[in-house]
Amino acid sequence: MALSGLEIYKLLPASSKDPEVKKHGNCKECGFPTCLAFAMKLGQKQAELSQCPYVEEESKAQLEASAAPPIRLITLSGDGHKLEVGNETVLFRHEKTFYHQPGLFVRVKDTQADAAEVAKAVGEYTVDYVGMDLTLDGVAVEADGGDFAATVAAVKEACPLPLVLLTEDPVTAEAGLKAAEGIQSLLWAATPENWEAMAKLAGEYKVPLAVHVDGGDVDALAALAEQVQGTGVEDIVLDPGVRDHVSSLSVFTQLRRLALKKNERKVGYPLIAFAGDDPVLAGQHIAKYAGFVVVDGFSPGTVYPLLVMRANIFTDPQKPIQVKPGVYEINNPKPSDPLMVTTNFSITYFSVANEIESSGIPGWLLVADAEGMSVLTAWAAGKFDAERIAKSVTSTGIGEKLDHQRMVIPGHVAVLMGELEEELPDWEINVGPREAVDLPNFLKMQWG
Amino acid sequence: MPTIEVPKEKWSGKVREITLGATAADGGTRAKTVTVGGETTLPYLHFEGDIPHPPAIAIEVQDRKPADWSPVLLEAWGDVTEDPAAWAKAAEEAGADVVMLRFSLHDDLSAEYARETLRVVLDATGLPLIVFGPGQAELDNDLLVPVAEEGKGEKLVLGVCEDKNYRTIVAAALAHGHLVDARCPMDVNLSKQLNILISDMNLPLERVVMDPTTGALGYGMEYGYSVMERLRLAALQGDGMTQQPMLVTPGEEAWRAKEARTEEGVPEAWGDWAERAVNWETLTASALVESGADILVLRHPESVKRVRAMIDALMSN
Ligand code: B12
Ligand code: SF4
Repeated sequence: MALSGLEIYKLLPASSKDPEVKKHGNCKECGFPTCLAFAMKLGQKQAELSQCPYVEEESKAQLEASAAPPIRLITLSGDGHKLEVGNETVLFRHEKTFYHQPGLFVRVKDTQADAAEVAKAVGEYTVDYVGMDLTLDGVAVEADGGDFAATVAAVKEACPLPLVLLTEDPVTAEAGLKAAEGIQSLLWAATPENWEAMAKLAGEYKVPLAVHVDGGDVDALAALAEQVQGTGVEDIVLDPGVRDHVSSLSVFTQLRRLALKKNERKVGYPLIAFAGDDPVLAGQHIAKYAGFVVVDGFSPGTVYPLLVMRANIFTDPQKPIQVKPGVYEINNPKPSDPLMVTTNFSITYFSVANEIESSGIPGWLLVADAEGMSVLTAWAAGKFDAERIAKSVTSTGIGEKLDHQRMVIPGHVAVLMGELEEELPDWEINVGPREAVDLPNFLKMQWG
Repeated sequence: MPTIEVPKEKWSGKVREITLGATAADGGTRAKTVTVGGETTLPYLHFEGDIPHPPAIAIEVQDRKPADWSPVLLEAWGDVTEDPAAWAKAAEEAGADVVMLRFSLHDDLSAEYARETLRVVLDATGLPLIVFGPGQAELDNDLLVPVAEEGKGEKLVLGVCEDKNYRTIVAAALAHGHLVDARCPMDVNLSKQLNILISDMNLPLERVVMDPTTGALGYGMEYGYSVMERLRLAALQGDGMTQQPMLVTPGEEAWRAKEARTEEGVPEAWGDWAERAVNWETLTASALVESGADILVLRHPESVKRVRAMIDALMSN
């Protein structure tokens, strides 16, 4: 947790108990008139600690620790795909935003004949959501008594994403790590029994290491993480061993609070969760604090909603996702093709654009600047009214690209019709359907 | 080894307890009542406060077969959608705690029609009822006033009560012993404001559920999610005008989404239609359970099962 200016001041030379240090207090060498002024600037991150030559070692350590993120950033990478998790700063997304989406991994076992096939499907899966390509993040390979190294190798061959290696046996783990060389995997897990050997492997193969205790024992987890960290392994992931809804909600909340509100370094790491085949539990882990979510089974009808859920929860609440206002040409429209008007909220724009595109009907889509709001929200907020629509007609010069002067407005804002006719006297205004799904049919029946 | 002290919040506020429905003892005809609210901490953090009641699941039943529902939904219910009484019974069998009767928009709507429909549904099920109009302020008033009279004493929840029409609906609730669903468009201050206006009309806050407006997964769900978290935090911090239990409508919203409505012309990556559609509703609903929903109105029986399983898991402590 960041220290306040005054807390920093207590660690600077002017506050020192050592007269040898204190005598430098307020010497101005840092470029600021007093230690206090320097402390304030440090607190605002407008100065560097190294500007003061006299800070004591112990204070320096404290100050540096306080500058480190409360939840460590962990990076995994595959062949061209990188995943970063951690570095979160708030408990609730409205307080600022959640920064790093949890990685979604599909679990396969080394006894599973189709492991590589599943991995291939996972690696190839991509789905468009409001212009973003959503993908999964990797495969978790579990040692289940089969040929672990061979399975890891086959999965790695089939899928370019990062891996999680699931085994508590150091010998198996090393075989897996060897097979996975060249990519940055996560090794799960160090336990109170095997941690020394596992930590050694994590050090040698330079991979992050998950530490795992049973039953949500936060003390045992912190102690284990500290032991592992003591061996020089810095990249740690926590598995408190809770697998059901209610205990994972409690324990994950407690760990997040400890890291953020108590600055508890021992648990300042991302969490890994195992949701089994329950998409609802996976959804909870996305919203409530997991850094890695492992699910069993791969099915697009379940993966797609989960990816959208993740995208929603990790959208910055201060900035609605937007597209650029202007004219969008869909399916190579000619001057005689229909003109439709909508807003620049991404979800709105893509609902409409995707419908027109997939119908094959060519058309012009005029996207008014509604400050990133949906049709009705913008209308209610006065950001999508006749005046604004008329303005975007003029500013884009869309009229010159058409051989007609006719436009379709969203059915939800049929009330705008009258005012629009006043603002754009030369235009014919048509009210379209309420939902975009019904737009292609409307165009087929009504346009022409 | 020193133990780590887990930080616990000490909240001063508490969500109001609200009871839907009335049995014969209380002047109604319901076989049972449903109480929600009473939380003294954030959702399901049993280690620092009480969650005395599980959230209630209401199943939506319409007055006639919906013209615009996804075939996935219509198939799941079968013939009962032709008859609101049969549908209400089926909803009870599918595990509803509450039945929500919604009037759809058509030409036969009238005060008499509204009374009759309410009567057959009240006779068909012993569960408490929520009654929603078609969602147009004036029309809602015209239907909900006779509904309130017909259902006198049943402690129905009448909705939706918005800034435009709250006076009429609140007056009807006052006169006939009902509750209201106070809806605002995803805004903490507007919600507070509406609760104040309603309580200024002397309707006790024990008869107001607050409806923060729901967006579907992929279509604004996160706005509702965050507004609910903020409302719940305000309630726990002691702000009396945000301490109403929250009602959300994930069924309606999720089934409006293209993902739930159609099979044709959608990307292959969307996967199996029925699987995706039910997930759409279930995940919209479950996110709102995490952010503090007390009453969830759902549409598909399979979503009801899954959300119920989640609630049971979250309440088992
Ligand atoms: C999410 C949301 C918000 C978010 C904003 C999201 C955003 N970036 O726009 C927040 C919380 C910020 C918000 C704020 C407000 N909101 Co608001 N909000 C919603 C909500 C829940 C969903 C809107 C949404 O994203 N829909 C999805 C998009 C894709 O829908 P869409 O843009 O309409 O597009 C569809 C169709 O219109 C059509 N379409 C689009 N373009 C075109 C073009 C053509 C040619 C055709 C044919 C069709 C078509 O296709 C799309 C898919 O079918 C709705 C209620 C609801 N459940 O719908 C209320 C709602 C829109 N909000 C409303 C209100 C009043 C407001 C506020 C004024 C209130 C307030 N809180 O102060 C503010 C205004 C903002 C401000 N002053 O800053 C009201 C509007 C009421 C009305 N009819 O006037 C609504 C309807 C809620 C309600 N029932 O009261 N809101
Ligand atoms: S360099 Fe600045 S901060 Fe350091 S002792 Fe001198 S005045 Fe204080």
